[in-house]
Amino acid sequence: MSKDLSEVIGRVLPAPENHLSAEKLEEARKARRSFMGKALAMGAGVATTATAATRAMAAEGEDVILKLPEHTVGLGQPVAMEGYGKPSKWEANLQRRESPGLTRVSQASVSFTPLQGLFGIITPSGLHFERHHQGWWDIDPSKHRLMINGLVKRERVFTMDDLMRLPSVSRIHFIECGANSAPEWGNVALPSVQYTHGMVSCSEFTGVLLSTLLEMCGVDKKKGKYVLAEGADGSSMTRTIDMERAMDDCIVAWAMNGEMLRPENGYPLRLVVPGIQGVSWVKYLRRIEVGDQKYATKDEAVHYIDHMPDGTHRQYTGIQECKSVITTPSGSQTLLDKGFYNITGLAWSGRGAIKRVDVSVDGGRNWRTARMEGPVLPKALTRFNIDWVWDGKPAILQSRAIDSTGYVQPKINQLRAVRGTKSVYHQNAIQSWKVSENGEVSNVQVF
Amino acid sequence: MKSLFKISTPAAVVTLALALLGSSAAVAQTKPWHNIGRDATPAEVKAWDIDVRPDFKGLPAGAGSVAKGEEVWEAKCASCHGSFGESNEVFTPIVGGTTKADIERGRVKNLEEGGSFPQKTTLMKVATLSTIWDYINRAMPWNAPKTLTTDEVYGVTAYILSLAEIVPADFTLSDKNIAEVQKRMPNRNGMVFYEPLWKANGKGDVKNVACMKDCPVESTIRSFLPDFARDAHGNIAEQNRIIGPVRGADTSKPAPKGPVGSSALPAPVVVAVAPAAGGSDPKVLLNANSCTACHGMKNKVVGPGFNEIAAKHKGRADAEAYLVDKIKNGGSGVYGAVPMPAQPQLKDAEAKAIAQWIAAGAK
Repeated sequence: MSKDLSEVIGRVLPAPENHLSAEKLEEARKARRSFMGKALAMGAGVATTATAATRAMAAEGEDVILKLPEHTVGLGQPVAMEGYGKPSKWEANLQRRESPGLTRVSQASVSFTPLQGLFGIITPSGLHFERHHQGWWDIDPSKHRLMINGLVKRERVFTMDDLMRLPSVSRIHFIECGANSAPEWGNVALPSVQYTHGMVSCSEFTGVLLSTLLEMCGVDKKKGKYVLAEGADGSSMTRTIDMERAMDDCIVAWAMNGEMLRPENGYPLRLVVPGIQGVSWVKYLRRIEVGDQKYATKDEAVHYIDHMPDGTHRQYTGIQECKSVITTPSGSQTLLDKGFYNITGLAWSGRGAIKRVDVSVDGGRNWRTARMEGPVLPKALTRFNIDWVWDGKPAILQSRAIDSTGYVQPKINQLRAVRGTKSVYHQNAIQSWKVSENGEVSNVQVF
Repeated sequence: MKSLFKISTPAAVVTLALALLGSSAAVAQTKPWHNIGRDATPAEVKAWDIDVRPDFKGLPAGAGSVAKGEEVWEAKCASCHGSFGESNEVFTPIVGGTTKADIERGRVKNLEEGGSFPQKTTLMKVATLSTIWDYINRAMPWNAPKTLTTDEVYGVTAYILSLAEIVPADFTLSDKNIAEVQKRMPNRNGMVFYEPLWKANGKGDVKNVACMKDCPVESTIRSFLPDFARDAHGNIAEQNRIIGPVRGADTSKPAPKGPVGSSALPAPVVVAVAPAAGGSDPKVLLNANSCTACHGMKNKVVGPGFNEIAAKHKGRADAEAYLVDKIKNGGSGVYGAVPMPAQPQLKDAEAKAIAQWIAAGAK
């Protein structure tokens, strides 16, 4: 039968019920196919008939409609049973996870955000990726202090009470680890978008601008070229930030997505450095020092440096350049049928807002411009989507973002031509997902 | 402005404030929140301002010999980093891959094309000696950071440098000679400051163009995930939602052979949520305290497997008390020379829970 694939609503095919045997499932499939064929031929209401037809069901309709379920005929749960609500138990598959073998000690490790299952641009706080250098803490906020010292007129100490009295800002920004996508500078190494790109999250952060605090302390704007941010935990993470940026949009933040920061994300205080790699967003922030030289801290002199082909390392390359990835369909997902899909994904840039995202379904030969699904904010995740009708043949899906500076997200071979393959950090190449005839999506490199 | 806040009567405040507004532009610009917070005391600044810069600003006076450093190293560092800083068991190696020629030149040959050393060690990369001193001082040892004395930090730094023959074995490193030693760092000339990736308004170094139609691409797939890695990250079906336009592929099985829709879909699976950390579940404690970084359940890693420890003390009447002591205070010599460091972060109840679990057979 020849038909316009865009009319096939294959995508509403639900998964089979738990109680069906393999034989029953096959029966159901066959029934659906013949039923749908007829429905299409007759030009009937495709959406409803196709949906209904996917179940093993009696002639009069689907059991889940005809037999009223327990939740329709019973009494539900009381209020405040969970003083702090949790996601549905049906959502338990979406967890942040470690990548086996990536790190050796779980206190100096990473857990990845399940981007394959998220919507919009805000990352649920409980699914925000984690990167700890020496374990995380849940610090008593009444005992936490922020000190500002160095090249300032007056060296000051702030309690959380003090900080939370100050004029605040709330801004939505992405945070991405400098090592996100790092294992794939060479070959494909990871099965799904959770592990290839899951060290990026996006939240609304609330706090006081760092510039406000520095002004209060009488920062020496002539001599003070840099600030050092330092954490209160065992690792006492330190990072250098240039004064221009410190006085621009950095936030000393206590809140994330309307609640206080989660302990894993620096409760009660962290630095937000929009557009810069996550390691600079110092957690458990205890001190800001104003100085006249860069500090060459461990994570700016041994790690988070870019190994170039000539054997040198680039130091202080903190910008997270423009990047994007398709999250549905993505690696190790499986399509359930041919037909229409709403391809969706995320784009972001450390230099500004996303101007445009293009999507290719033929491995980069031809491109179409995607829709922006929600808000387009500077230095924030931006959700895009685009129509695709899959004909069942192998396809390679790619997205390519362009930011407000005109920078076009590069291909992996273009990155390698400049930076070689020994680098670890700042891999922002176009991601390719191959869709096979069996419906499975896999991680590939093409350029 | 500070004195303003000491005046108690509102009328006086208003009068004074008005007078100030009229008389001083500087004060008029001061924000109403200007005096929130308080001055730091010199002792407070000293307690927290511990950073050491590449020009050694912030470095406290002191000294430590290689021999002194080796002593500290064996007790507190070797269990993770190896006796010669070569460890690859727990952390990537600190020492290795540098040569005398590198020390002369200030560039590490092994970082260039054709380099033969399999790892990038700390000493191959780091250009600034201050970085090593500062990091050991602020973050080491791993489970008890900031507990080394200043002289111990000098000693440990000297010991590491001696392993790479940057300083001789009889050297004593101090604030007086550290700048001289800096001139021997093997990769001191190996760092480049690349401003465009530091400045917000810089330009990227890699260029792509937004071609839209018939763009030049290769037709070959250059790299893909090999079949044997299909389940290396677990069953992806259990890492995806059970509804929606797609499912996770069942990576516990080979990929389906036929076209889409030709084989039965797997039944939807919702995984049980992992038990929360905390409490006194010994296996949770082992993981949360990184015991498993050095001890396997049934195999030696750095230290003995838990099954070995259980077997050794089987039937011993005071096994629990003995093990609590070993867990809390560390020790060496029972299973070889590599010492087990003390675990001061463990609460008594936690150490006891682990000891009981081992004494009961570590199952």
